[in-house]
Amino acid sequence: MRHVLSVTVENKAGVLARIAGLFSRRGFNIESLAVGPTENPDYSRITLVVQGDDLIIEQISKQLYKLIDTYKVVDLTKINHVEREMVLVKVSITASTRSEVIEIVNIFRAKVVDVSEKTLCIEITGDQGKINGLLKLLKKFGIAEIVRTGSIAMQRGTI
Amino acid sequence: MTEKIKGSKIFIESLKKEKVTDIFGYPGGAVIDIYDELYDSDIKHYLVRHEQAAAHAADGYARSTGKVGVCLATSGPGATNIVTGIATAYMDSVPMVAFTGQVNVGALGKDSFQEADITGITMPITKHNFLCKDVNDLASTIKKAFHIARTGRPGPVLIDMPKDITQNKAVFDYPEKADLPSYKPTIKGSIKQIKAAVNLIRSSERPVILAGGGVIAAEASEELRTFVTETQIPVAMTLLGLGAYPYDDELSLRMPGMHGTAYANYAIHDADLLISIGMRFDDRITGKLATFAPNAKVIHIDVDPAEIGKCIAATVPIVGDAKAVLVDLIKYVKESPVDKKIDWLKAIAEYKAKHPLIYKMDNETINPQYVIQQISEMTKGDVIMATEVGTHQMWAAQYQNHQYPRHFLSSGGLGTMGYGFPAAIGAQVANPDKLVVNIAGDGSIQMNIQELSTIAYYKLPVKVIILNNQYLGMVRQWQEMFYKKRYSSTDLEGMQPDFVKVAEAYGVLGLRATKPSEVRGVLEKAFEHNGPVFVDMVVNREENVFPMVPAGGVLNKMILQKEAK
Repeated sequence: MRHVLSVTVENKAGVLARIAGLFSRRGFNIESLAVGPTENPDYSRITLVVQGDDLIIEQISKQLYKLIDTYKVVDLTKINHVEREMVLVKVSITASTRSEVIEIVNIFRAKVVDVSEKTLCIEITGDQGKINGLLKLLKKFGIAEIVRTGSIAMQRGTI
Repeated sequence: MTEKIKGSKIFIESLKKEKVTDIFGYPGGAVIDIYDELYDSDIKHYLVRHEQAAAHAADGYARSTGKVGVCLATSGPGATNIVTGIATAYMDSVPMVAFTGQVNVGALGKDSFQEADITGITMPITKHNFLCKDVNDLASTIKKAFHIARTGRPGPVLIDMPKDITQNKAVFDYPEKADLPSYKPTIKGSIKQIKAAVNLIRSSERPVILAGGGVIAAEASEELRTFVTETQIPVAMTLLGLGAYPYDDELSLRMPGMHGTAYANYAIHDADLLISIGMRFDDRITGKLATFAPNAKVIHIDVDPAEIGKCIAATVPIVGDAKAVLVDLIKYVKESPVDKKIDWLKAIAEYKAKHPLIYKMDNETINPQYVIQQISEMTKGDVIMATEVGTHQMWAAQYQNHQYPRHFLSSGGLGTMGYGFPAAIGAQVANPDKLVVNIAGDGSIQMNIQELSTIAYYKLPVKVIILNNQYLGMVRQWQEMFYKKRYSSTDLEGMQPDFVKVAEAYGVLGLRATKPSEVRGVLEKAFEHNGPVFVDMVVNREENVFPMVPAGGVLNKMILQKEAK
């Protein structure tokens, strides 16, 4: 099963290497990983999307906790949360397909961020379902390149 | 105090604050300022002959005392040479701080002379590590390192110090507390869980205690003994748990697992409850996990939450320090005593009577087990026994009458050949008045044989007993049993040096025994000699270690001692 883990770590050199090393060494799979500073500059948040059954996820959490620089690990999967990913897609177009692509982009509330004669660069933000929906529709025009940020997530409500 | 002092001086002063009196190391360009400071320091530095030995010596020092062991190596090859020692300590949760020199901060990442990314290399084999890039952070980094190494589940911590950090100056201000906001080990177990454990113990019919290195690390041997006395539950000890409970006691099952006693393995297989204290269900204990203790519920007590549920699902998990949890367990079983499981103890007594540890020996050839047995009789367990890794290690585990914690030093997790000799050196430094013995094989001893020079120079009276069968015996046993006796690269007959002459070349007393009748006399001479001794015990070449649970096997299907050849 797919789990979204929100990991708060001390903002120190080598933290990411420790986490990446832990995953490869113990044979855990990372689907995506996104890192950035938090409201407190001393800490960074790592959002990890991982696959595994409950036992594996429990081991992953415990192993993450075991790292001296890990402050907190929260499995957001089972609590109400918002999840977002941003994707840039470069789609091949011709004069005759351009308007159709732009129409799809508008329906998905995505944005065209760059235009050339033969390509459109589209930016979309959303959850996996929305992103995959757009990508599926764009596929027939020919996708030249995709860049994804990996998911970030936050618990809804409460402080 | 506002006077600025050199980083190398801060290093020394910080060690003093941590009450370090002895360190093991080897000099080099990147640590030359530290060695200059050590030259007239109160801290005693032991020069080893290979950095690996410095790490193992620090490990033996730590295991035999519970203090944090300290080793020091230069950058690059010095640092990579201690890697095996750090990995050994990590696998066995030994508190250690390893210091390495490094190239100047400005030269980092430039493939400079003797540069190795030692923090990168040791990331997976240290509890934590630091690259200290500012002399102003050195004292607080050392404070953190010692705190991390000795608290929670102990382990090695490495500090990499660029040369200019040891030369630059800063005000020495050693912090009172380590500033580690994310690091808070759980010491006291949950009372709710402890009560649940007691209920489970009460309702069980066939309980077995599995005591591991965590009992010894937590200094909880006394508490374990009280708990066993109160509950009358039989106790098996892992290799690292040897000494946690008297080996020859009626309730002792000795060591379980691959080369454990038959009765420990049968008892675990039949058990309906395992009370695991500070042990981690290593594959050498469990064999195939799916068939391990098939009828047992599990109370798993460990200070490291990640160990609980890693291999075996726990019915009652208790995160906490073995000592703190045992104290609480004892309190509750004293409040309302647990019934003695009479039928179970009777069944175990029958297993013990039926399957004692046995070997056969004639008058011509020394059996290795006999040597250990003689040492055991002579010392009555009052000896610090280090081992290398292999068949001799298993015989030392089986036939020594382990009585006291911190008296058996062996690389259990990593299985490091070459560990025992330097570990014995560390133990002897820490325990100058104790008898320290290293049980070695003729293969293992040559992995750090250069340390003869160290024991000779410092007059450390370590007694090295080589059980010499001219084979790499453990691998040979597997080849005999599972590889059609194809002794690929394990038969060393005629290739081994004359160990007595080797010892003598270093100025160490060398002794040899070739017949059973000589063993006792040679051992007496060795133990009475006021200095280091190297003993070549020429033993039965093809003696095997039994019982044996083949790798991935089932405990109750072990291979028992064969009829004499």
